[in-house]
Amino acid sequence: MTNNDRSGEFTAGVLTILPVLVAVVVYGLLFGALAAQKGLSPLEVTVMSALVFAGASQFVAVEIWTSPPGVLLLALTALMVNLRHVLMGAALAPFIRGWPRGRTWTALFFMTDENWALTLQRAGRTTITPAFYFGLALPLYGGWIACTTLGAVFGAVLQDPARYGLDFAFTAVFLTLLVGMWKGPRNLLPWAASAAVATAAYFWLPGVWYIALGGLAGTLAGALQGPARPKEAVDAV
Amino acid sequence: MQSDIWALDPLTLAAISGMALATWLTRFAGYWLLRRVTVGGRVAAALEAVPGAILMAIVTPVAFASGAAESAAAVLTVLLALRLPLIVAVAGGCLAVVLLRTLLG
Repeated sequence: MTNNDRSGEFTAGVLTILPVLVAVVVYGLLFGALAAQKGLSPLEVTVMSALVFAGASQFVAVEIWTSPPGVLLLALTALMVNLRHVLMGAALAPFIRGWPRGRTWTALFFMTDENWALTLQRAGRTTITPAFYFGLALPLYGGWIACTTLGAVFGAVLQDPARYGLDFAFTAVFLTLLVGMWKGPRNLLPWAASAAVATAAYFWLPGVWYIALGGLAGTLAGALQGPARPKEAVDAV
Repeated sequence: MQSDIWALDPLTLAAISGMALATWLTRFAGYWLLRRVTVGGRVAAALEAVPGAILMAIVTPVAFASGAAESAAAVLTVLLALRLPLIVAVAGGCLAVVLLRTLLG
């Protein structure tokens, strides 16, 4: 591949991710502001965004953040929230397997819901090149770090977040993420199981056990339900 | 509340590192496993249910067990998110919770 092809592929990646960047600005600023309310400094937010780079799990972490932070609880929660990556990486494998080894593992480091979905979408039409993939991933990575840091710098200025309903912002963000995850009636059982067990745990157990137990109940419900339409699932991959 | 931009607390750094290690594990595991076994059937269905189940558990206390204002605002947020950009849904939910708390006392 010539240098020209490569920059063309990279540009195609950047153009594909642009609409997503609008959402990244919004969520990034919001995340930074909420993290600042919990006492994280802008530098700590930068480091978290650069190393973890997984929006949903970062929001969850800040929601359950205590001072001093519960290191093991935060790590386990991040593990659970990001378990979907295991499936995503498996689905992505056929398209990045032929790349030079270093690029394959770097690509996995940058794997997010957004660039994973856009990559699989394109994989139906044409070969995925590293240049295209990193055209998606690098603006997303840089944008997330920049916007979360900015949010933390300016978010700390806000006093009494409940006055603006910002204590509800987490719940609102997660609800919108849930809406985006709705795939049809087969989501009902796991989600209902999770809500029911989480409610019970919230009333009867201390701390944030309701997250782990609710998540576990929903996961078991998903397993009991079994695969959706195996044929189509394979085709999509 | 910290105001020092460059503050870097050792315990916070440890927590972030733990989160990063856990996240990297999930990112690399699927590709690594697929070279050995095929994930399918109930295991795939279980993994697929994880993110939604976790998010649902997280919103539960506020959405279902805090009060009428929060529950109504949660419903409104979902309705907004079905049709409108996410930022409108989040802003609308926050605005609604402020108004409803005032109205419902």
